[in-house]
Amino acid sequence: MEETPARREFLVELLKLPCSAALVSVLGPVTDAEASAAKEGAEAVGEHYYGMGIQVDKCIGCGRCVEACKSENDVLREPFYFRTWVERYVVHSDGKVTVDSPNGGIQGFEAPEEERDILRSFFVPKLCNHCDRPPCVQVCPVGATFKSRDGVVLVDADYCIGCRYCIQACPYGARYLDPRTKVADKCTFCYHRITKGLLPACVEACPTQARIFGDLKAMSSPLRRMMRMSSLQVLKPALNTEPKVFYSTLDKEVR
Amino acid sequence: MRRILRRRGVSPLRLWKLPDQVLRLGILFAIGAVALLSVRQRLVPKSFGELGHYRADAVKAAAGQPIRYAGAEACAECHGDVAELKGGSYHRGVSCEICHGPAAAHVQDAGENKPVVPRERKACLYCHGYLPSRPTGFPQVIEKAHNPMEPCMGCHNPHDPKPPRIPSSCSACHGMIARTKAVSPHRTLKCETCHAADPRHRQYPTSFIPKKPTDRSFCGGCHAPNAPSSKHIPRVDVGSHGGRYLCWQCHYPHHPEAR
Amino acid sequence: MEEHFEKLASILSQVTGFIYPNELEAHWGLLIVIYPYITGLVAGAFILASLEKVFRVKEVEPTYRLALLTALAFLIVAPLPLLAHLGHPERSFEIFLTPHLQSAMAMFGFVYAWYLMVVLLLEIWFEYRADVVGWSRQERGLRKWLHWVFTLGSRDVSPEAVAFDRKAVRTITLIGIPSAFILHGYVGFIFGSIKANPWWSSVLIPIVFLFSAIVSGISLVLLLYYVTSLVRGRAPSMQCLDKLGGFLLYTLILDLSLEVLDFTHRLYESEESIHILSELIYSKLFMSLTIVQLLIGTLGPILVLALVRSSTLPDELRRVAYVIAAMLVQVGIFSTRWNVVIGGQLFSKSLRGLTVYKVEIGGAEGVLVGLAFLILPFLILYALVKILPPWEEARPVEAGVSGMTATK
Repeated sequence: MEETPARREFLVELLKLPCSAALVSVLGPVTDAEASAAKEGAEAVGEHYYGMGIQVDKCIGCGRCVEACKSENDVLREPFYFRTWVERYVVHSDGKVTVDSPNGGIQGFEAPEEERDILRSFFVPKLCNHCDRPPCVQVCPVGATFKSRDGVVLVDADYCIGCRYCIQACPYGARYLDPRTKVADKCTFCYHRITKGLLPACVEACPTQARIFGDLKAMSSPLRRMMRMSSLQVLKPALNTEPKVFYSTLDKEVR
Repeated sequence: MRRILRRRGVSPLRLWKLPDQVLRLGILFAIGAVALLSVRQRLVPKSFGELGHYRADAVKAAAGQPIRYAGAEACAECHGDVAELKGGSYHRGVSCEICHGPAAAHVQDAGENKPVVPRERKACLYCHGYLPSRPTGFPQVIEKAHNPMEPCMGCHNPHDPKPPRIPSSCSACHGMIARTKAVSPHRTLKCETCHAADPRHRQYPTSFIPKKPTDRSFCGGCHAPNAPSSKHIPRVDVGSHGGRYLCWQCHYPHHPEAR
Repeated sequence: MEEHFEKLASILSQVTGFIYPNELEAHWGLLIVIYPYITGLVAGAFILASLEKVFRVKEVEPTYRLALLTALAFLIVAPLPLLAHLGHPERSFEIFLTPHLQSAMAMFGFVYAWYLMVVLLLEIWFEYRADVVGWSRQERGLRKWLHWVFTLGSRDVSPEAVAFDRKAVRTITLIGIPSAFILHGYVGFIFGSIKANPWWSSVLIPIVFLFSAIVSGISLVLLLYYVTSLVRGRAPSMQCLDKLGGFLLYTLILDLSLEVLDFTHRLYESEESIHILSELIYSKLFMSLTIVQLLIGTLGPILVLALVRSSTLPDELRRVAYVIAAMLVQVGIFSTRWNVVIGGQLFSKSLRGLTVYKVEIGGAEGVLVGLAFLILPFLILYALVKILPPWEEARPVEAGVSGMTATK
């Protein structure tokens, strides 16, 4: 076997560098070190863009998500303040629709008295949709609510003046006024958890994975799979709020 | 004009031919504007506007909230045996904290903050108490009929909740369908008559899905004009009735022609 | 807070149908009903005042200065119900520090400041300046000092200066009319731009608000003119009252037409909110909308005014009729504000249910506080009338000083 001259070897090595760099930039980090460095870099710049998926046909209406949210976020336990809740829809054979959400579904639901003429029935979890064009942010007079760089709509509790315009402007009923602080409050996608790599409490608590959380910019995640495999709907699409909570198998009766 | 005004002893503040009123008002407004602007300068919070029309500090505040739920992975670090058992069971998707409550404090100081251990029936019934709105096939029990007064944990290990016996009848998981069929003309038909099912469906339901009839002659076995079945069964010309649809694409077999 | 929860629990038990769990309480209550009512009066009174200056309707001249002072008195009170309603009134200055320009509510600070400073105060200053100089020369003590401060040292009352004053008043009034439209129109826009709420979201709401405002302003000035005339022992000018009555009738008809248009349009398009809104009108809002706003507040006054104008009644009766019509209008316009603000919060955005609004007697948003905010402007007006009397007979008499001839 002939030995390749040292010059040639050196040139080949030299070529490998830009090629591999180009490959890495196209295919993504290969080693763990590269991966974690990329992640750190992404976090530093705010490269995440969060969204949620809800598979309605998987929700069993157990209400564990509502319970977990109230525990995690110190939400008042009274049945008037919810960052997330579960609604039950019962469509009867005669077309009548009954909807209920007893205490937001936090203790589950009670069986209906008459099940004979139920045509179809299901549960729908609801929460702040963290819209891409949030009407609540548009109307805040002082800039106390805003969409963060990573797509989460947050409330600045130290700046809010409690005018309640945002509560009026939200089409989904996701906001409320916390009577303790007298400022507007709502689901934050558990911002304090997701920025540390954890899942929101409601997603953590869901026993059937009806709730999926993820980074809309990530190439592979459970949310990405749902966006690929399911037909997606959002609540009140005609209002053009561009919600980032995507539902699959959302019934026509759901508002 | 100026001579007339000077003779009348008018204010010496006449400049640029502007009326005296406008000048005085102008000065007043200018003072007010400057005062307001300088006050504003001082009062606007420092981090406002850095990232958008909001206080950038608010983002840090939101991220700094205390954490109560540790997350599914955290428990496995110390409770690996339970995690392994649960990981191969029907409850593999049920995180520990759903039943045991928020446990971040327990992760910090295990001795001081013991999580709850829910042993009462109510805890299991959140998910498994019968509700017709739950997806069909989801394991549910009618609380009053299913060993009332007995703790669920007496027969079911929560970390590997196999039922003590493999369910013998379809109604164990498909209760609503069974009850619907029970008051229908098809009440004497066994489920297996129409749904050929692998016996392993009872244990691994989503892996062995029962079949549905794929042609009309199946229903014709009872409903064709010359079928050897009871006189009371309604007959229909199986060849022409219903266009190109299979029978069950129109008729609900669990309660055909429900009134 | 326990009381608050008890109140909410009782509201929960009265919910019909399905509402989102957070929608139980109506967030904008009595105080937010009072705010547009007050700014409506401000805008309406000013528009009436502008009739004399810009459109030279000589008959309503006796009410000109009174209308200006009325507008000022109500404008001073206007921000108070808003402040009282805020969760954090001590942070309210943030609207001036960091106004979010996409928000109609952020415009409040600027529109209010503009209207107060540049329109109302300036107009009153220019209108009264010459007379105030005259008064300050004749008085002593506190009044003299107050009037001297008012003039800001500008004491030139030569015909040229006074002519400039009059020109300034006319210019400011011209600017003031669209400013008044914006002052009250933006309140309508605050509601009309909420796409989430089908009761509010409408192009017509700012226009309807404006016309209701004009109606309420005219009727308020009419009432005040009549009452102050009685108090001063003077007979009110029948010409003026007739003219005011006429304007009131025309604007009422316009207002009614707009409401009918809105109603017809909703029924015709019949989009998905029609079911819950019909239920709302037939159940929760039946009294306040059909009976009070429509019958008592609009059709009633139109009938009275039309009758008065088409017949030859003696002056006494005509005066009484005008006063009755004006009072009915006030009730009707307040009810209009109520129906818009409260009505929009009584139905769920799920379009499947209705909640209730319980107005308290005491408490931070109660009837007593509301009444206080409604009475306060009259107290302020009283003080203003004492310092800057708008009556013709109160003007200082100094030959050749004031440029206007003293006529009745």
